[in-house]
Amino acid sequence: MPAPIRLRELIRTIRTARTQAEEREMIQKECAAIRSSFREEDNTYRCRNVAKLLYMHMLGYPAHFGQLECLKLIASQKFTDKRIGYLGAMLLLDERQDVHLLMTNCIKNDLNHSTQYVQGLALCTLGCMGSSEMCRDLAGEVEKLLKTSNSYLRKKAALCAVHVIRKVPELMEMFLPATKNLLSEKNHGVLHTSVVLLTEMCERSPDMLSHFRKNEKLVPQLVRILKNLIMSGYSPEHDVSGISDPFLQVRILRLLRILGRSDDDSSEAMNDILAQVATNTETSKNVGNAILYETVLTIMDIKSESGLRVLAINILGRFLLNNDKNIRYVALTSLLKTVQTDHNAVQRHRSTIVDCLKDLDVSIKRRAMELSFALVNGNNIRGMMKELLYFLDSCDPEFKADCASGVFLAAEKYAPSKRWHIDTIMRVLTTAGSYVRDDSVPNLIQLITNSVEMHAYTVQRLYKALLDDISQQPLVQVASWCIGEYGDLLVSGQCEEEEPIQVTEDEVLDVLEGLLVSNLSAPVTRGYSLTAIMKLSTRFSSVNRIKKVVSIYGSSIDVELQQRAVEYNALFKKYDHMRPALLERMPIMEKTATNGPSEIVQTNGETDSTVLDTKHPPTITQPPSQGNDLLDLLGGNDVVPVIQTSLPTKPPSAGGELLDLLGDLSLTGAPPPAPASVPSVPMSQPPFLLDGLSSQPLFNDIGTGIPPMTAYNKNGLKIEFMFERSNPNPNIAVITIHASNSTEADMTDFVFQAAVPKTFQLQLLSPSSNVVPALNQGNVTQVIRVLNPQKQQLRMRIKLTYTYKGSPVQDLAEVNNFPPQSWQ
Amino acid sequence: ARACRSDSRREDFSRTPMMQFMLLFSRQGKLRLQKWYVPLSDKEKKKITRELVQTVLARKPKMCSFLEWRDLKIVYKRYASLYFCCAIEDQDNELITLEIIHRYVELLDKYFGSVCELDIIFNFEKAYFILDEFLLGGEAQETSKKNVLKAIEQADLLQEVCCSLPSSLGGVARCHERQDVSTARSSQTE
Repeated sequence: MPAPIRLRELIRTIRTARTQAEEREMIQKECAAIRSSFREEDNTYRCRNVAKLLYMHMLGYPAHFGQLECLKLIASQKFTDKRIGYLGAMLLLDERQDVHLLMTNCIKNDLNHSTQYVQGLALCTLGCMGSSEMCRDLAGEVEKLLKTSNSYLRKKAALCAVHVIRKVPELMEMFLPATKNLLSEKNHGVLHTSVVLLTEMCERSPDMLSHFRKNEKLVPQLVRILKNLIMSGYSPEHDVSGISDPFLQVRILRLLRILGRSDDDSSEAMNDILAQVATNTETSKNVGNAILYETVLTIMDIKSESGLRVLAINILGRFLLNNDKNIRYVALTSLLKTVQTDHNAVQRHRSTIVDCLKDLDVSIKRRAMELSFALVNGNNIRGMMKELLYFLDSCDPEFKADCASGVFLAAEKYAPSKRWHIDTIMRVLTTAGSYVRDDSVPNLIQLITNSVEMHAYTVQRLYKALLDDISQQPLVQVASWCIGEYGDLLVSGQCEEEEPIQVTEDEVLDVLEGLLVSNLSAPVTRGYSLTAIMKLSTRFSSVNRIKKVVSIYGSSIDVELQQRAVEYNALFKKYDHMRPALLERMPIMEKTATNGPSEIVQTNGETDSTVLDTKHPPTITQPPSQGNDLLDLLGGNDVVPVIQTSLPTKPPSAGGELLDLLGDLSLTGAPPPAPASVPSVPMSQPPFLLDGLSSQPLFNDIGTGIPPMTAYNKNGLKIEFMFERSNPNPNIAVITIHASNSTEADMTDFVFQAAVPKTFQLQLLSPSSNVVPALNQGNVTQVIRVLNPQKQQLRMRIKLTYTYKGSPVQDLAEVNNFPPQSWQ
Repeated sequence: ARACRSDSRREDFSRTPMMQFMLLFSRQGKLRLQKWYVPLSDKEKKKITRELVQTVLARKPKMCSFLEWRDLKIVYKRYASLYFCCAIEDQDNELITLEIIHRYVELLDKYFGSVCELDIIFNFEKAYFILDEFLLGGEAQETSKKNVLKAIEQADLLQEVCCSLPSSLGGVARCHERQDVSTARSSQTE
């Protein structure tokens, strides 16, 4: 049997292979030879064969059949065998295979070997890949070696102990005695590994930590060692670019961090040395900066005095100016961690941070962006936003979504003016419109709605943006919604903020119809656009054109569009008198959370839930006799008793007869007109929007001490108003009505309706029931919310209908005696 | 958390962050050395290696030496045709890891005399031996360059000695290659 080929020979041969297939062939051939050699139990060449196997393993070929051979090599007496054997074990074996346990005995023997290099091999292998079972078995040996005076072995034993502790934390205690005088060693290897061991113990166990702090007085020892390292002269053995043993310095600083954390005394004891390291370390090379970095991390984590903290942040600030991008990177990462706690100090470096937005490295840019957003406040919003918008323009797509969201959030918090806010939103929509998150659309719509004085300006800008580009869906959606809402302002050229544009109704409709047919429009966008066209039927005069469009889409393949078109058609045909009121201008929406409107405030029956969820068609209130089928279609299982509306024959005017009841309230209190319908319908909101809220007040009850009042008291029916202030918005008064019945019979089919003057807005939530029990046995409660932005005197007209002893009863009343606190 | 899952039962203990693995690979993506300090199956190791090699090779020269990958930080540096790549944990100091890498390269350089990729290819086991004298369990065990090299030298000597001893079969059997860098390198075509 010829001698197996040598390792280098094999490597040479394999490298001559021109193709993968050729290589595979060579490998297979060699593996076969090796396998038969193993079978022959050849001791002489086992080492060579395993070495070759390891090479082939690195190329990616299977080598598991060599595992047992590694064990045999480890058991051999030859140092060469052991060297390769242990290497093979570390490469081929792992703790999932039981085979590795066979190593335990060999390792145990080798830990006690007469040659330190053999002991070293065993310690190394155990410390790299020892399983918990092996660690348990051999911990005692490791502990013994931890106490040896041989520094070559002591340092390895320390790291091996770290591994044992990681695998079997319960064994940590047994290493404690051996740590007694580890730090009095002169040998840097031992010092370094000892610090690592102590760090591991302190991190794992609070008891250990306090033991080392108090009993062992670790901090002064470490401070002394660190001081010596800094003050001592040049030591060639440990020098790196003029710094003495930076590895040890860094580990000591890290251990100090753990010792100083949440401990005033320890933090104080290390204060001076930290300041010294921070000021004296050479910063021209990476190695010095590595130490400074660790120092900064330590200063920020312990209970350092403010001067030291400022020093640390300034170091980070200097890092930001460093040419080395690695240094800039760690600076930004660290600043991001400290920006919450040391906000003002970090603010001082704002301009440098903003400059990093222009860096070429992606990770640096991302951190700079995050940090920039964290630093935005009311004072710097204008300047910062300019930089961030510029960044948004030019950054990679992966950043755009986050950046856009960040801009919206910051703008919402700190916008100096409404105009600025709208402009900023416009800028984002036009430059990064396709990357904006879906939930931004409703947020933006709400923001625009609430900026009443900017409506004309906003719709004009959005219209112009649409003329340029209809591909960015969020932009298109917001724009169509606004045009639908404020199209009248657009064509009448009412813009004050900038030069009003001249545009005709037909041009506007052209644009919106263009969206409907364009390939670029998403289905959701088409929905927006159709609804916008429909809304314009009450704002424009070209109703016929709109009717035509709507009827065409009645047979659209898109089910959503079809449904909308059919409903709008119905609106034209059968319910035309309701159309103006339904498609009225949207009221101010209230937000209860920063992430978007969680409810809709409505007046007088208009419910356009397209804003919040474009998937749900708008609920249209119907007189029950004619509309039940439609309501069923809508799945309105939250339907509360729909108000019976007796429709008068008055022709609908702009605003419709819905407002007739209110119209004269703002005048001089003339006698009420013919009973008109006030479908201030408690809206049947889709369940998910309410999230389980029903007729409960949607805010925290804060008793404001406003006395309740009796609004109505006739024929045994008494209606009391209880007041609360809506927590987030002081312009909203929340009234809970309590209806009680002192007569002997129940009042059934009880319906309460209310109307307020034009400057107010009203919302009625669902009543608790529609039966007012006799003899004051219970109340019907219902919540009314009144928005009173102009703080005018609150007046209300109420209409009550119920059935009493079989006959219908109806009454109207004015409520004028509101206490001043409820509307001031 | 670690790249591996087998130790997840122990994750509730807080411990010091550590280096999880080190990889050396060429610009063509060929693996030249792999040192794993966490237990992983061969399959997992291969997957990680493949992914990481791809990610690092895709980096442009102007980018910084750190990147986030899964929940680890990758510190990498290219020396000639070899990429040295270390995976450290979130709390670790990236800058000192760069120094660790540099120290290892210096050791290789001193040992092989102006080390190049070929040396690592043909003497991979030596590269491992040197690494194992410098790091143990992912931590530096010796901060003096001199001491590491001295230990390697002594161990190499021990190998020599053991080989020149007569084996039980009689005669001298050369069971392993005598270190000769110059021949190894010059007789090579790349």
